[in-house]
Amino acid sequence: MSDVVIRAEGLGKKYVIGHETNERYTALRDILYNQAGKLIRSARDMAAGRALIAGDQREEFFALKDLNFEIKRGEVVGIIGRNGAGKSTLLKVLSRITEPSEGRLTIEGRVASLLEVGTGFHPELTGRENIYLNGAILGMTRAEIRRKYDEIVDFAGVERFLDTPVKRYSSGMYVRLAFAVAAHLEPEILVVDEVLAVGDAEFQKKCLGKMQDVSKGGRTVLFVSHQLGMVSALCTSGMLLDQGSIIHRGPLADTLNAYQRHRPNGGPPTDWGKNAIARGEPLALLFAQSTKTDGSVETHFDHTDDIEFRIGIGQYAPVSGDVFLTIALQDRYNRRVFTDEFPLRSLLVNQSRGEHRIELNARVPMPLLVGGDYSIILTINSHEGRVFDRQPSALAVTVIDRGSRMAKYESWDNGPLMPPLIWSHA
Amino acid sequence: MKGTTASKAHQIPRLVLEPGRADAQYWRDLWHYRELFAILAWRDIAVRYKQTVIGVAWAVIRPLLTMIVFTVIFGRVAQLPSDGEAPYAAMVFAGMLPWFLFSTILGESSNSLLSNSALVGKVYFPRLVIPSAAAVVSLVDFAISFVLMLLLMLWFWFFPDWRLLLLPFFVVLAVAASLGPALLLSALNVKYRDFRYIIPFIVQFGLYVSPVGFSSANIPEGWRLLYGLNPMVGVIDGFRWCLLGGEAAIHLPSFALSLGVIAFFLWYGIRFFRRTERAFADLI
Repeated sequence: MSDVVIRAEGLGKKYVIGHETNERYTALRDILYNQAGKLIRSARDMAAGRALIAGDQREEFFALKDLNFEIKRGEVVGIIGRNGAGKSTLLKVLSRITEPSEGRLTIEGRVASLLEVGTGFHPELTGRENIYLNGAILGMTRAEIRRKYDEIVDFAGVERFLDTPVKRYSSGMYVRLAFAVAAHLEPEILVVDEVLAVGDAEFQKKCLGKMQDVSKGGRTVLFVSHQLGMVSALCTSGMLLDQGSIIHRGPLADTLNAYQRHRPNGGPPTDWGKNAIARGEPLALLFAQSTKTDGSVETHFDHTDDIEFRIGIGQYAPVSGDVFLTIALQDRYNRRVFTDEFPLRSLLVNQSRGEHRIELNARVPMPLLVGGDYSIILTINSHEGRVFDRQPSALAVTVIDRGSRMAKYESWDNGPLMPPLIWSHA
Repeated sequence: MKGTTASKAHQIPRLVLEPGRADAQYWRDLWHYRELFAILAWRDIAVRYKQTVIGVAWAVIRPLLTMIVFTVIFGRVAQLPSDGEAPYAAMVFAGMLPWFLFSTILGESSNSLLSNSALVGKVYFPRLVIPSAAAVVSLVDFAISFVLMLLLMLWFWFFPDWRLLLLPFFVVLAVAASLGPALLLSALNVKYRDFRYIIPFIVQFGLYVSPVGFSSANIPEGWRLLYGLNPMVGVIDGFRWCLLGGEAAIHLPSFALSLGVIAFFLWYGIRFFRRTERAFADLI
């Protein structure tokens, strides 16, 4: 049972964008002439049913470009890539919402797409009515819905409100009901776009379980998510897209590696040195970098990779008293994760001319931070509260959870830390 | 295994997606989605009559008042003759039935794609399902008005004959006459939102150029063929012929022309819709 269910050959999706050119017309006659020409052209296009494009210049834009891939029966494919990589467009083409403009796509089996939970829910209708409506929209037959009705209601946990219009539902109930219908789809191929990141924690756990059942049941699943932890918990293979092309296709671990490699490099370190002297402070931050333990510049780290921060400081004048470099880390909710300081006293010199450079390394032992984005705040300050220099978003690093115990819960907030607890059995 | 009955009955369908490919399965697909059609139609009806006090009354008041006004203006003030012995009010009402059917289908269907834009952008199904399901709501209003027509005839003690049995054919004709332009307008509405302003105009203008308030027998003989270019002329004449028990005669050449125009619009509307529907999700 490893035959191909989806095959794309040279698949492409092109959008045409129009631009207005701002010509300066000299005479009313020219304006009228141009407008009339445009009108005639539009009318002709319109009558022929061609798509009209506003503007005088047309530019073609490929959301997907020459995709060739095969997906086998029972595969659970995680589609990853940055925003605008073409993931959603690919899902829309796969689920027939939009037509490819090039190439060919062959699909064996019934496709159900879940690009949004609660598509077509009508606020005025009751829960019961919406189950039938939503089920029909997602492609279930009425007999099928009737058969699974009790299961759906049970899964959503809304028995008592079945005859209440869903506009009176709490948002949690609404999402639960919507997902419950979707979760009971039984197509050969299921296409899912980032819909698991809804609902409360307990319900999400239930959804994840359901998703895992679906994939174990031998059905083919295509799953798009930004939450790499969730992708690695669910998927067996991966596809990495960038700018409409496939960068990598293969086992999930390899795809995640490719994702880490394929991104704008760490580049030159952030450099604030140029203005340092001009500010006239005796101490200034010069640069900051995040590196792996082998010293290579990196901004994306596995949850088990230690993170090193390399920080450059310049001294321009003698400083008296105790001075510290303070480093603080914030998570994606702008929540302070930790703060630490390092005394600079012993590293400073008493010269008064030119620049004295100091380089510091701070290593964060991992695993510690959960998957997600973090920003680093650097400050040079004295205990008296004097601030010599401060960079509120000196660096940004991303931790990618590749299979910790908590990876599958990545989309909800479990706190920023996952220190390796020492468990024992009494 | 659940769902085996369904999967055993069909073989696993193979689907090939290519640009511009004339979809040979289109009509089969449409048939496959008949349940969705039914449920969308049911939804529109349910929503329409939920949370409205005068919901049903509205379907009664509108044609009733229009009939009274038309009877007074055309029958009394302008002193236009009715069809044979038929009471003027009954004649007006027999014309208004298909006219209101036409205008509500036009209004409901042509906005239906926009009001269902969430569906269009997120799920696949033949888009033709949406405007045609919206048209079903208008049939409910029509049924209510039809009951009113029967009451009106009872009041005048004026009864139709065997021709009444042919009325379903003309109802289908009226739906066909409305669906053609409605599909065209609904597809255009997706891209050009200004088309929705055209609809009230068509409805208002059409009310006077169609023989709603008067009998088309008033049109000079030489012009009747040309008058048939208005597809509603054929439909309205047909309705009167059925309902007024032979007092109204169908002008055959003009009726044939109306039929032709209806067929053309239906064909063009469906063709246009099918051509543009593939891009709906990108535009909406």
